[in-house]
Amino acid sequence: MILEIENLKTYYKIEKGVVKANDGISLSIKENEVVGLAGESGCGKSTLIRTLIRLVPQSAQVTADKMNFMDQDILAMPEKDFREKILWQGIALVPQSAMNALNPVYRVGDQCTEAISAHTDYDKAECEQIVKRLFDAVGLQAGMMKAYPHEFSGGMRQRAMIAMSLLLSPALVIMDEPTTGLDVLVQERILRNIKEIRQKSESAVSILLITHDISVIAEMSDRIGIMYAGRLMESAESRELFNEPYHPYTLGLKNAFPSIKALDRELISIPGSPPNLIEDIPGCLFAFRCPFVIPECEKTRPPDLEIKPGHMVHCIRTDHVEEFRKLAGDKKTWQSSRSAT
Amino acid sequence: MAILEVSDLKQYFYLQPTFLGKLVGGAKPRIIKAVDGVSFTMQHGEILGVAGESGCGKSTACLAIAKLREPTGGDILYKERNIAEMSKSETRNYRREVQLIFQDPYESLNPRYTVFDSVAEPLRALTDKSKAEIRERTNETIALAGLTPEEYKNRYPHQMSGGERQRVGIAQALVLEPKLVIADEPLSMLDVSIRAGILDLIRDLSKRMNFSCIYVSHDLSILSNISERLMIMYLGRIMELGVTRDVVTDPHHPYARALIAAVPIPDPAYKRPIPKIKGEVAQPIDPPPGCRFQTRCLQVMDICRDTEPPLKEVKPGHAVACHLY
Amino acid sequence: MKLDSIKDFFVTQYGIITSNRFGKFGASIILFFGIVALLAPWIAPHELWESLRDSNGKLAMLRPPSLEFPLGTTAMGRDILSQMIFATRTTFLIGLVSGLISIVIGANIGLFSAFYGGKTDEILMRFTDIVYGMPFLPFLIVLISLFGRNIWFVIIAICCIVWRTSARVVRSQALAIRQRQFIMAARARGCSNLRIIYGHIMPNILPLLLLYTSFNIAWSVLAEAGASFLGFSDPDNLTWGGILYNLWISGKIRTAWWWFAWPSICIILLVSSLVFISRAYEEVANPRLKQR
Repeated sequence: MILEIENLKTYYKIEKGVVKANDGISLSIKENEVVGLAGESGCGKSTLIRTLIRLVPQSAQVTADKMNFMDQDILAMPEKDFREKILWQGIALVPQSAMNALNPVYRVGDQCTEAISAHTDYDKAECEQIVKRLFDAVGLQAGMMKAYPHEFSGGMRQRAMIAMSLLLSPALVIMDEPTTGLDVLVQERILRNIKEIRQKSESAVSILLITHDISVIAEMSDRIGIMYAGRLMESAESRELFNEPYHPYTLGLKNAFPSIKALDRELISIPGSPPNLIEDIPGCLFAFRCPFVIPECEKTRPPDLEIKPGHMVHCIRTDHVEEFRKLAGDKKTWQSSRSAT
Repeated sequence: MAILEVSDLKQYFYLQPTFLGKLVGGAKPRIIKAVDGVSFTMQHGEILGVAGESGCGKSTACLAIAKLREPTGGDILYKERNIAEMSKSETRNYRREVQLIFQDPYESLNPRYTVFDSVAEPLRALTDKSKAEIRERTNETIALAGLTPEEYKNRYPHQMSGGERQRVGIAQALVLEPKLVIADEPLSMLDVSIRAGILDLIRDLSKRMNFSCIYVSHDLSILSNISERLMIMYLGRIMELGVTRDVVTDPHHPYARALIAAVPIPDPAYKRPIPKIKGEVAQPIDPPPGCRFQTRCLQVMDICRDTEPPLKEVKPGHAVACHLY
Repeated sequence: MKLDSIKDFFVTQYGIITSNRFGKFGASIILFFGIVALLAPWIAPHELWESLRDSNGKLAMLRPPSLEFPLGTTAMGRDILSQMIFATRTTFLIGLVSGLISIVIGANIGLFSAFYGGKTDEILMRFTDIVYGMPFLPFLIVLISLFGRNIWFVIIAICCIVWRTSARVVRSQALAIRQRQFIMAARARGCSNLRIIYGHIMPNILPLLLLYTSFNIAWSVLAEAGASFLGFSDPDNLTWGGILYNLWISGKIRTAWWWFAWPSICIILLVSSLVFISRAYEEVANPRLKQR
């Protein structure tokens, strides 16, 4: 097990109160597995990433029942150890908007070799070999090593970032919206690259893929988790999540995505917007937008039910799922939810 | 009568060579041919989707059609009148009938204007309506866009979500009851769960208020859902144009084929084909003669390198610009 | 802009100014001077140029502050308190008028320069550069020697110089606003150029404009004080600088501390207050630009 998180909570203290950015997230990532986290703005993805690589501000409160990376407790680990041993070598990050992560006045190849030599004992030639190999793996010509960041196109920069994340052969790579904002052909190339890298990699690498694009997640992930307002609403193996969704939010998301293979399908949006994470919501966080809400839902937080092995749902009305799946396909159902008025 | 007839639209930008360039090598000014010969017609009430990656010229073409930028060449005929020849009052009228919906709901609204002021602005700028008429029409349009006027009219942009702001942008565009609306990627900056609602809004209003719509996007999934006809552009030229269903299910042009193959599907079981295309997206600077797609086409022939393929019908209503046909 | 929004405007400005300590302090000082200026003829105990006699009948020359003459008297036996009160009115007026005229000139030049760009921008900015090169005093001296000592020439001279910084600053902010998409949207919605400049760009640089209005008034007061002290002012309209000038030419500057204390303190107070108000605006004008 590469990553094991149980009941992770990250709270930010601000003037007006406490923002419960992550409120009890549990997920696990196995070796050589791609776990996709789908969620819209405000769902807590960025906080989760920052918590995992220890970039949260001092005032943030991070608690968890368990937070292990390769059986080491990374929550309790002192910062220095984390930075030297885990970051980049164990857990690497491909950040959103790759451009800003590169120093514009240094050649890209130099930045890469410097990164490697700072963390290992390899000499310059060996570092260059590693960089060259990885550039090749992501489809960048070796010549680009001598180029400056501004000479890279958007897609190329993203690929360079992916290469950089793999420099020290980490066990887990976190990819934050890796293809958002890129043209579809460029996106396709990158996704294909990632698949190729996984297949031929000497050391297996697991990926935590975080994006709002359900299609990308469907294509890339082995397992999928649906995030909303700081919690996981549902998580399961990819096909099972798509074929047998349980949570109303998942049902709603499925209808909200157009597909070129389903030209006549009616698109249905979920009225309302995510809750303000400062507010104390005693019940289910999705209750306000849920068309299937009952008074019970708003009184207590639903439990994380394991409805089937490996399939978790955060809802108390799973017994009605057959009915819900039918109703969710009808626009009127969603327009009757309270957030629609 | 077609509402819009664009023929051979061209938009070139001239890059002046650097001082050093002129000194050293007698460098000539370089030309960016952002739009290079785009021709199509639009009927009343139809929704035309324009697809293409960045740099294909779709947004540039829209600016020219909206009369926000003067084209370098070609003609744009609105209701059979050339917009370049319009007088000042005709242009004012044009603005009443041709409107834009912008991509960024955060940036396209004046942060100092309330919703009411923003939506009333086109009326104040372009019509002589009385205060009462303006108030009525504005409130009507705000409601039409799905927002309750009492609740929203005094709000400022920073007090609203992205979806709400975009609805205000739509209200702004529709308050004058235009006949042609150009929507430039209106959904790309919105959360996915609310996109469907805005898309439906545009579609419904287009039918109800009977306006034509040019919907520009790089997202083929969205375009396949909303547009009746689809136009695929590459480096300033149209590669394929036809009924959406035909173009998406039976694409002819190699670029269109590659593009459609590349679109991911929200279905884990789907095995996506590999797009048959090579190379990186090129810049429209000093393009070589012949087909714009030659550097990336896997089926390129000699003729492609010196003659530009014309946009020809391969089936009724389905045209392709390729020498393979 | 509708009428009720003008009331809102003042309410908002009041809120902004009093939102921090500096602003509160500055506003109260200015309010105090303003009231004095307004009520001058009624609260001044004596006439402006009246030479006074004390209880013994002697000319009350160079008396230090006492109960009879709270701020002391001048070499000609004039009550400094009364002089100060009348001078407050004139100083205030000159500062306000010059400041307002100069911000109107500067803002418009900046706005038009930024909006139209190209040749217009070049011409206007080159003109601004030339004015930057012009020194204030020699210019004032030339005006006065040509046309005589009159309060209006002082105002004109100040206006001609003080607008230049506002023009530059307004231009750069207006340029930034002009690039933003809602300006293009306004064009698409049919707004005329003037409507865009005054209806869309200007409201977005309002905090900056108010900040510089405050600055301009402060600079005007200083410029006027400096000019008056050197004698380049209207002898009939006394200002605080004028009082200092009278002190200077009387040669009693070393002995009559009360004569220069009050004008100097007041000049410092007024200018500081104006700068403090600018400070309150700075907090609004600067990083709050992007609000999502």
